[in-house]
Amino acid sequence: MTALSEPDAPTQPIPVASASLERASRGDQIFRGVLTLGAVTIPVLLGFLVFELWMGSRLAIDKFGLGFITESTWDPVAEVFGAFPLIFGTLLSSVVALAIAVPLSLGVAIYLVEFAPKSIRQPVAFLIGLLAAIPSVVYGLWGIFVLIPILRASVFPFLRDSLGFLPLFQGPIYGPSMLAAGIILAIMIMPYVMSVSREVLLAVPNTQREAALALGATRWEAVITTVVPYARSGIAGAVILGLGRALGETMAVTMLIGNRHEIAASLFAPGYTMAAAIANEFSEAVGDMHLSALAYVAFLLFVLTVLVNAGARLLIWRVARGSGAGSAAL
Amino acid sequence: MSATVRPRAPFFTGPRATLTPRPPAATAGQRGSPAVDVRDFDFFYGSQQVLKHLSFTIERKSVTAIIGPSGCGKSTFLRSINRLNDLIPSARYQGDILVEGSSVYAPSTDVVGLRQRVGMVFQRPNPFPRSIFDNVAYGPGLNRLVPKRDLPDLVERCLRQAALWDEVKDRLDEPGTGLSGGQQQRLCIARALGNQPELLLMDEPCSALDPIATQKVEELIFELKREYTIIIVTHNMQQAARVSDYTGFFDRGELIEFDGTERIFTTPAHERTEAYITGRFG
Ligand SMILES: Nc1ncnc2c1ncn2[C@@H]1O[C@H](COP(=O)(O)OP(=O)(O)O)[C@@H](O)[C@H]1O
Ligand SMILES: [Mg+2]
Repeated sequence: MTALSEPDAPTQPIPVASASLERASRGDQIFRGVLTLGAVTIPVLLGFLVFELWMGSRLAIDKFGLGFITESTWDPVAEVFGAFPLIFGTLLSSVVALAIAVPLSLGVAIYLVEFAPKSIRQPVAFLIGLLAAIPSVVYGLWGIFVLIPILRASVFPFLRDSLGFLPLFQGPIYGPSMLAAGIILAIMIMPYVMSVSREVLLAVPNTQREAALALGATRWEAVITTVVPYARSGIAGAVILGLGRALGETMAVTMLIGNRHEIAASLFAPGYTMAAAIANEFSEAVGDMHLSALAYVAFLLFVLTVLVNAGARLLIWRVARGSGAGSAAL
Repeated sequence: MSATVRPRAPFFTGPRATLTPRPPAATAGQRGSPAVDVRDFDFFYGSQQVLKHLSFTIERKSVTAIIGPSGCGKSTFLRSINRLNDLIPSARYQGDILVEGSSVYAPSTDVVGLRQRVGMVFQRPNPFPRSIFDNVAYGPGLNRLVPKRDLPDLVERCLRQAALWDEVKDRLDEPGTGLSGGQQQRLCIARALGNQPELLLMDEPCSALDPIATQKVEELIFELKREYTIIIVTHNMQQAARVSDYTGFFDRGELIEFDGTERIFTTPAHERTEAYITGRFG
């Protein structure tokens, strides 16, 4: 840090009054202090957050222990709580969202970077980016008034008729469901996955494309065999970004998922997620145990997202070895 | 100022070989027929004319050096031969180029097939982030040139031809991007050879390499010319003099002079050529 208080003086010694030198170095010190404070605050806040969650859920942790994770009963009256349906619903809705959003976003990103006419590339990317600015509750309303009627009237019956042999697409059709929530989540995370994938694809050097083309690859083959593999770690990063958002998304999911503490094989059945349960029940919870159970759920959600992110980073790190670029985009 | 200078063809320009997919190894009679025949070729980026009525032929199994000041169109010329310029929307051309007797720019030309017959090595080594083996196997795998079980033999042959085999034979499954710069460039040469091309285009292949790696690539070019026709763009006069049989001097999109390399470097016919070679170029 001494470097900071020694400006480029040696090359061009300017006679300065010692007072102003001192002032400069004091300014440096204040600046440094403020930045250090800022940098320290974040880990401290994080630690405080974990501590609070832990304290808040002590009651439930003492009573249910780790069985809370595998138990399915959720009965505020009898004060028996188990979070398995919530964890299941959180993971399943996110997986459904990724299954829909990733191929779509990647397809759009590839199209925009490699094939689209120059004139529409920027406008389309901009419009998709705008989707990220729409508040979650608006997505929820749109889901209730537009998406669910369409799903109930045509998409769900069609899926049941064509793919009904899979347990995923059996059973009664209500409307609010795991699939509806997954679809709205997919729409919500698409802008993120698309923009990051697009950035990563744009960063692939042209020499890679030219190398493939010069070896007799078609445009399409060059993209699939060269450009996408080159960008794979960055694309993995985009997917994780999307997953992170899907896991924590609350409002729109609450409005569309049906909010039942149940586990069903069918995607047409209603379900619940951790975030949705916390948001819905926190204000109505009466007993201390109910509150504590919700705090426990929040704690688990925190652990889940940390685990998912850590695992994903490990995956990227392993994939990135031997890959050209991409991790820079994370 | 000067009109196009027709090269005094230093080699036999007899009847062109008829279009055969892959001519057999050169016999005495075929040796002189041109590998590349440039016919009154013009090239434009938008309204800027970058290549001006180029007309010359390139002998089979020879090394031809293209020299000239920066921006004179050397790269554009090379990329016209394998139609890599097609990617640039504003590119336009007139005239034609024939590779082994078949037209590059005819509407019926299969561009993918053309690029497979014409290998290219770029200014900076650009191996794929895949294993060394997969880099070399990329072209033949893509174009299904050989059955899968013959790929290892082909890869070995190409790596041997590129003088890289001994250095990498124990680590073919390691990423090609982990090699040194000079090795990467030889890997790129091996990769181009994987398609068993008729013609090899090299655009300043040594400009990013150190002197020792450069020397290795030059020796390699000397070996390769026994089997391949090579066109190499270079900024290095000594390199052109060392490796090439013929030299073409480009200036502002025109071919100023084309002749045997020795001739060009000892008694150039054109004063601009002489000025460039001796470094008195303004
Ligand atoms: N993609 C392009 N679009 C427009 N002009 C270009 C493009 N590539 C090259 N040029 C122009 O064409 C001329 C020849 O370029 P190039 O063939 O790369 O020269 P060299 O390889 O001899 O240095 C230069 O004036 C350059 O500015
Ligand atoms: Mg060039």
